Amino acid sequence: MHIVVCIKYIPDPEAAFSMFRIDEQAKQILPASGLKHVVSPFDEQAVEAALRIREAHPGTRITVLTLGDETSRNALKHGLAMGADDGVLLSDVVFDAGDSYTIAQALTAAVKKLGAVDLVLTGRQAADWDAGIVGAGMGELLGVPVLSFAKSVNVTDHRVGVERVLDDGGEIVEAMLPAVVTVSNEIGPPRAPTLRETMRAARKAVVKWSAADLSLNEGDLAPRRLRERLFAPVKEGRCEWIEGATPEEQGTKLAQRLREARVL
Amino acid sequence: MSGALVIVELVSGKLPQAGLELLALARLLSGGSVSVMAPGADEVTVRTLIARGADIVYVTGVAGTNDYNSDSWIGCAERLARELNPALILAVHNSTGADLAPRLAFRLGYGCATGCVAVENRDGVLHFTRPCYGGNARETVSFNTGLVVATVRAGVCDALPVDAARSGEVVAVELLPSRVRVIERKRDSGGAQRLEDAKVIVAGGRGLNGPEGFNVLEPLAATLGGVVGASRVPCDLGWCSHAMQIGLTGKTVTPELYIAVGISGASHHLAGCGNAKTIVAINTDAEAAIFRDAKFGVVGDYAKVVPALTAAIKTLPAV
Ligand SMILES: Cc1cc2nc3c(=O)[nH]c(=O)nc-3n(C[C@H](O)[C@H](O)[C@H](O)COP(=O)(O)OP(=O)(O)OC[C@H]3O[C@@H](n4cnc5c(N)ncnc54)[C@H](O)[C@@H]3O)c2cc1C
Ligand SMILES: Nc1ncnc2c1ncn2[C@@H]1O[C@H](COP(=O)(O)O)[C@@H](O)[C@H]1O
Repeated sequence: MHIVVCIKYIPDPEAAFSMFRIDEQAKQILPASGLKHVVSPFDEQAVEAALRIREAHPGTRITVLTLGDETSRNALKHGLAMGADDGVLLSDVVFDAGDSYTIAQALTAAVKKLGAVDLVLTGRQAADWDAGIVGAGMGELLGVPVLSFAKSVNVTDHRVGVERVLDDGGEIVEAMLPAVVTVSNEIGPPRAPTLRETMRAARKAVVKWSAADLSLNEGDLAPRRLRERLFAPVKEGRCEWIEGATPEEQGTKLAQRLREARVL
Repeated sequence: MSGALVIVELVSGKLPQAGLELLALARLLSGGSVSVMAPGADEVTVRTLIARGADIVYVTGVAGTNDYNSDSWIGCAERLARELNPALILAVHNSTGADLAPRLAFRLGYGCATGCVAVENRDGVLHFTRPCYGGNARETVSFNTGLVVATVRAGVCDALPVDAARSGEVVAVELLPSRVRVIERKRDSGGAQRLEDAKVIVAGGRGLNGPEGFNVLEPLAATLGGVVGASRVPCDLGWCSHAMQIGLTGKTVTPELYIAVGISGASHHLAGCGNAKTIVAINTDAEAAIFRDAKFGVVGDYAKVVPALTAAIKTLPAV
């Protein structure tokens, strides 16, 4: 079995937002120069999901796939150190102006070029732009079923079984391979790379493909989305403090104040 | 190309408020007619949809049963879209909408905007505003494709009042076969009120310091006729059910009153509750970000503040 996991290299989404600057002119978010980049958390969990499948099915090959600039090699390195077998970097200046649509096109072309891929795993959404589009899009472009928001992924007998997280609970669904599965945080924490795997990772193969290598034409890479504005949401920032000699008194006063303000 | 198609998912056979809001939004944005795809809608629901702004209601599946199946719903929506050629397709931003919208957009070859908090029509161009970077920033985007499929968060606009005099059409359509087999469905909250519909929510975070903390929040919620929710941390730690998660990747809620207890106020969390009318925060750390969104703040240990608050509310004179 061959699993491809799509991982995006992004500025640490858990970092305080004071580490970011919104460039309204360029309509881009600029992370502070010292801010560390990470594999987007849901994508890291998608790698974890792939590793768990391989544990149940020895011999499975796991390829980590990323689209980004040269620094995105670090994402691949991390995926390989977690235990993936090989990596693919899609890097080309023509990708820079891309949107969810063109990224899905490029990642899909890479999956096709890899050949007989049984399962594609992605995160439920990339934790920078929070779109949640690319995984679903790849499923459509590949013409295969998409099982989203997975909290567990099991493969048996050419089928993939997924426990999906829903608003009011969950469901267990099943489809024939090949398929795309998008992974949610409920799958649990990803494993940390061990020293042994990290050393081995240095010897694993990483290939780099350009748009030409993927035979993508201009039409495939023409973005559909225009970002018109990027801005910080306004906060009212007027908190009325409820004071008191003891926490119990604060609690009592809060009730009275909420009544006065007709909230209760 | 004109009009809008709204995909409405019933919840236990009932129309959710967020779905009605989308009907109003669709009326506001599109000059043309508003079509609704409402799998499982019975006669009463169809009448309500028309009274609330629908011109044509496409009913599918068996009335009263509307269990979502991505493949069959998307196939059905795709057929409708090809026939109706609408300028806009809307779905609520929840686990169904977020699953369905991007796939439908790719299938039709059109643009997609997810998790929108505002949609405007300026000079015939639709502009979608959505939170990004965990809710720390917002982007406004438009598309060069004719049609756009968008998921919209609850609370974006008010539902239209019931107009019993409105008339509309009902058309039966078929759900398509699915490549995905549903083996089991597990619903979390039996008779309990849904967070999405609650007027009062008491939400707990890591500051509860353990699952027992929810035992302190429940009496408060019960006294206020509200529901208990949570930030992601207690859900991930297994202190409470995942269905209680509020935020960017959890539920979007729009209560009158939101009491955040032991929640730091990360933007990811506020993305799901920032539209609450009044936010009250109880937190030991006066510097916690939540106080920037709160109207009323208590700096203190919830284990002492909350029981006192609950007791005091019980003694308030009736209004
Ligand atoms: C991509 C992504 C998506 C995410 N999606 C979501 C989401 O949908 N929903 C969500 O909630 N989070 C989400 N998160 C996580 C989010 O960033 C925060 O980590 C999380 O919301 C913090 O939860 P918390 O406030 O409960 O915990 P903390 O940030 O640890 O805050 C705990 C608070 O409790 C206070 N406290 C401690 N003891 C007490 C006491 N005795 N009494 C009162 N107060 C006390 C502390 O002062 C502190 O402010 C997401 C993160 C990422 C990266
Ligand atoms: N540049 C990228 N490189 C690799 N994978 C990506 C990239 N962008 C998106 N993805 C994958 O698609 C998922 C959804 O992304 P998005 O639609 O951007 O929120 C992510 O969680 C990743 O798994």
